[in-house]
Amino acid sequence: MQVPARFDYEVATSVEEAIELLERHGPEARLLAGGHSLIPMMKLRLAFPETLIDIHELDGELRYIREADGVLQIGALARHQDILDSEAVRKQYPILHDAETMIADPLVRNMGTVGGSLAHGDPAEDLPAAFMALGCDVVVRGPDGERTIPIDELQTGPFETSLDPAEIIVGVRILRAPVGSAYTKVKRRTGDYASAAIGVALNLGDGEIRDAGIGMCAVGGQTLRARSAEEVLEGQRPDTDLYERAGERAAQESEPTEDARGPVEYKRDLVKVLVARALEKAVERAEGGA
Amino acid sequence: MRISVSVNGRSREADVEPRLLLVHFLRDNLGLTGTHWACDTSNCGACTVHLDGEPVKSCTVLAVRANGHEVTTIEGIWSGTELTPVQEGFHREHGLQCGFCTPGMILTATAFLEKNPDPTEAEIREAISGNLCRCTGYENIIRAVQWAANSREGVSA
Repeated sequence: MQVPARFDYEVATSVEEAIELLERHGPEARLLAGGHSLIPMMKLRLAFPETLIDIHELDGELRYIREADGVLQIGALARHQDILDSEAVRKQYPILHDAETMIADPLVRNMGTVGGSLAHGDPAEDLPAAFMALGCDVVVRGPDGERTIPIDELQTGPFETSLDPAEIIVGVRILRAPVGSAYTKVKRRTGDYASAAIGVALNLGDGEIRDAGIGMCAVGGQTLRARSAEEVLEGQRPDTDLYERAGERAAQESEPTEDARGPVEYKRDLVKVLVARALEKAVERAEGGA
Repeated sequence: MRISVSVNGRSREADVEPRLLLVHFLRDNLGLTGTHWACDTSNCGACTVHLDGEPVKSCTVLAVRANGHEVTTIEGIWSGTELTPVQEGFHREHGLQCGFCTPGMILTATAFLEKNPDPTEAEIREAISGNLCRCTGYENIIRAVQWAANSREGVSA
């Protein structure tokens, strides 16, 4: 029987109170949102927070998905299922819809939250890679007020983020609606983490690829952006040859490690193939296909 | 910590440690052993219950998280007189062999059909993808859910 180590438990009834509680209990306190990453780690005694500050009562403040004037705002307590259910996401941000169909399973998606998947800092979480491809600001609030962290600067290492101990993620702001986007993933079975996963977002102008973003999941110590592969794409006419070259470049940029999901060489090959597939899908969507 | 949880429509109060998981609260404190406890890693779905109407894995939810909320277990699905359409479907289509996954399957399928009363087979497969059947009796489980969907259609038509 797996049981977490003892901890103190607090329930916050507002974002302000959550911040006060984080300050009062210090750096060994953790926020509890959906808990579907944190509680399993606590049960395995991989995490031992001294205090859990439960924020599930902040749904009124932090559970929303709003789309207006080309900006998508997602509250930190939006559930994975909320993203799947969103028409605006399905139409304009299919990369997020794709990713959500492949995250964990439907029951876990009822509990898991957007803010939690960002704050956990797990390099094998899908949403950070999808957000990285889109480009977004993470909005956080702390004792000194609100600030934004560019998604590229949120993770600082495995399970480490640039959040201060008394800061809480309140949401993300996606500042563009790309004309094409897609998320691809290989996993061994439902509920398993990705062997590798790739998110791609891009625009098309005069038949050329513009503003390509590529996020890579589970192939490094943190979520990675394939910057050099993005450069390969910029201003080029899309074709399968280009997708392959971008995939090869992304594979070189990835930093996978060997584990039960496969050796390094295999994972690099996955990156190559998944980048090409995601690009093909994203371009197809940009050109008005499925 | 003192908690008050509405379980199957009845208010239940208890003093619990914050680290107590909902599955153990239901089974050990309340004796509701219809909620099964198996993998303990939020993979298998045997511990599925409804929390405020949504199916969740109770091995990964703290009992204190349910304080002030509503929980429905397999014991609360049944009216006491006749089977629900999903239960009837499992009966008619032989949707169980050993029965261990059945409470979780029924709770997942019940909530799923509320949201999607006329599902395709692919949608049913996706809906139960977080519930594992160790007998691998998935074909009959899918037929059971289809039976329930068809019977509900008949009722509403």
